[in-house]
Amino acid sequence: MAGLATTFGSGAMTNSINEIENAEVILVSGSNTTEAHPQVARRMLDAVDRGARLIVIDPRRTRLAECAHLHLALRPGTDIPLLNAMMRVLLDEGLADDLFIEMRTENFLALRDMLNRLDLEATAALTGVPLALISQAAQLYGRARKAVICYCLGVTQHVCGTENVQTIANLAMLAGHIEKEDTGVDPLRGQNNVQGACDMGALPNMLPSYQAVANQDYRDKFERAWGVSLPEAPGKTLVEMTHGGAQGSIRGMYIMGENPMLSDPTLKKVEETLRGLDFLVVSDIFLTETARLAQVVFPAACFAEKSGSFTNSERRVQMVRQAVTPPGECRADSEIIMELSGRLGYGMEYNSSAEVMEEIAMLSPIYGGMHHDRLDQSWGLQWPCWDRSHPGTPFLHKYYFTRGRGHFMPAGHTAPGELPDPEYPLLLMTGRIYHHYHTGTMTRKSERLTRECDHAVLQINPADAKAHGLRQGESVRLSSRRGEITLAAEITDQVATGMVYTTFHFHEAPINLLTNDAFDTGSGCPEYKVCAVRVKKMVNS
Amino acid sequence: MHDVLTTCVYCGCGCGLYLHVEDAKVCGSQPSRHHPVSRDNLCVKGWHIHESVNHPDRLTTPLIRKGDALVPATWEEALDFTAQQLGSIRDQHGGKAIGVLASAKCTNEENYLLQKFARTALNTNNVDHCARL
Repeated sequence: MAGLATTFGSGAMTNSINEIENAEVILVSGSNTTEAHPQVARRMLDAVDRGARLIVIDPRRTRLAECAHLHLALRPGTDIPLLNAMMRVLLDEGLADDLFIEMRTENFLALRDMLNRLDLEATAALTGVPLALISQAAQLYGRARKAVICYCLGVTQHVCGTENVQTIANLAMLAGHIEKEDTGVDPLRGQNNVQGACDMGALPNMLPSYQAVANQDYRDKFERAWGVSLPEAPGKTLVEMTHGGAQGSIRGMYIMGENPMLSDPTLKKVEETLRGLDFLVVSDIFLTETARLAQVVFPAACFAEKSGSFTNSERRVQMVRQAVTPPGECRADSEIIMELSGRLGYGMEYNSSAEVMEEIAMLSPIYGGMHHDRLDQSWGLQWPCWDRSHPGTPFLHKYYFTRGRGHFMPAGHTAPGELPDPEYPLLLMTGRIYHHYHTGTMTRKSERLTRECDHAVLQINPADAKAHGLRQGESVRLSSRRGEITLAAEITDQVATGMVYTTFHFHEAPINLLTNDAFDTGSGCPEYKVCAVRVKKMVNS
Repeated sequence: MHDVLTTCVYCGCGCGLYLHVEDAKVCGSQPSRHHPVSRDNLCVKGWHIHESVNHPDRLTTPLIRKGDALVPATWEEALDFTAQQLGSIRDQHGGKAIGVLASAKCTNEENYLLQKFARTALNTNNVDHCARL
């Protein structure tokens, strides 16, 4: 998000999901789309059926990579050199969109100079992808009339995640593939309302609608509306909060519907931090790993038991409608927050979620025309939606970028925080699978989803498996400098030699005990895609 | 039986789906035919979305820690105790000693209220969620 905000001005998909099926070239980077975003993958494959060309950049041979015309299996953590090489090819082949660059962007010379100094052969060698293949991909992308780039956490979950995103934005601007329908840069958001939570200002440095905390004018506006003086300094990010240590500066936490005890990196540190707090309150629908550590647990209503709205990955704000009453004494989180707020001396009273949305619309320009009555009578509205008569915005940056001119942000290679070495010779990547969602709090309660998949597996290349004497399904002990877990081996050439892959859905094999807590200083995103591990066959397990 | 049109909670695609409701329970789901994203199609998670709603492990009462165990409590007890604890941390160490995690699974309105609560009642900008995980 920080990456696109600095280059384009808005950290969100520039297109609608349905536009993807009209693109001529689709470049997918760091997204296991068929498993994590099935509907988006459906559009991609429909586009391929209609003749579109698909380029997949991924270290693993995912299902989507198998369907691709070009699969660039880069070494993890070499996204920037790969994209820089592609851009250099565009320059050399005269495929840069000079008019677009002149009219709509700034800082191009910095990028051009950096690209011209690049040793193309050496850069390609760094990525492990043959230069001919990089060149082919660049020309395919550069020559298309309508091309989209879709990317996901494979791009952002690196120490240089922000630069990775900025480099993607550079590529799109260099080719002039932005501002048009069916053409753009599309970060796929993982969770159902991650876009909305960002839009609502559930961020340490942003008030709702990306109005910076550090900006006095924005603070004044919210101080007038809310009738209090607001803290000036931006707050701590999630990882700063959950990794503060037992005697850290955070003494109390309120966690609503999140499970950092499975989802955050280096879990030992998270546990130490949460156990060391003076007070922890958790609101959730199940007794999660995090809730078990709390002093107070609130039983929350789930999505079927309350009303409100979610904002999907394409910025579409849509209604969530109550179908049944909550079980037992469960209450909606909004009620819980209002009760607590009153007790802490700041009264908040809203009769409905629609009333909350009225206040959001008043204070958040991009949600200015979002009212429940409008959302209720449509398939939702895509922000920015400035006022009641605005129809919403299917694609962004038409005529001008949100920030004015698109800003080129040239970047060079940054090595991952930890790479394999003789002691921990394998590179671990983590991700998601089709049948489960995030920490499995909900999906693992489903009998049928559990029947399809009920345990974590470690994907390992046949050559590595052979070297360790492993057979399909055998238990392996996987360890890093931070911890170890046991899980079953899945021998597959989806991963190259020297790499292993698993998911973070399973509390029996909490992979984040192992992951590194190196993170991207631009966005606070942990490096889940690269850390060093070793495997050991378990005897008689 | 009746159907309620709502939005799926399982990923950023945001499919439109109908929840089948019978005897005040959600008993199944079905994609919306005309919804721009789902277009009469759901993934396996969406088709089984009702199973977690009715699960017997759902939390149904507030819990307060007594020694090693979390024991059932009334809402008044849980809310009063929480407010008193958060209030005393805020008053002793300032709002910067409190951290708040909002949720990418909760609604916009709930996230708005939680960050407003953090910034007003708790006087802290320490509010974030797992956007990057």
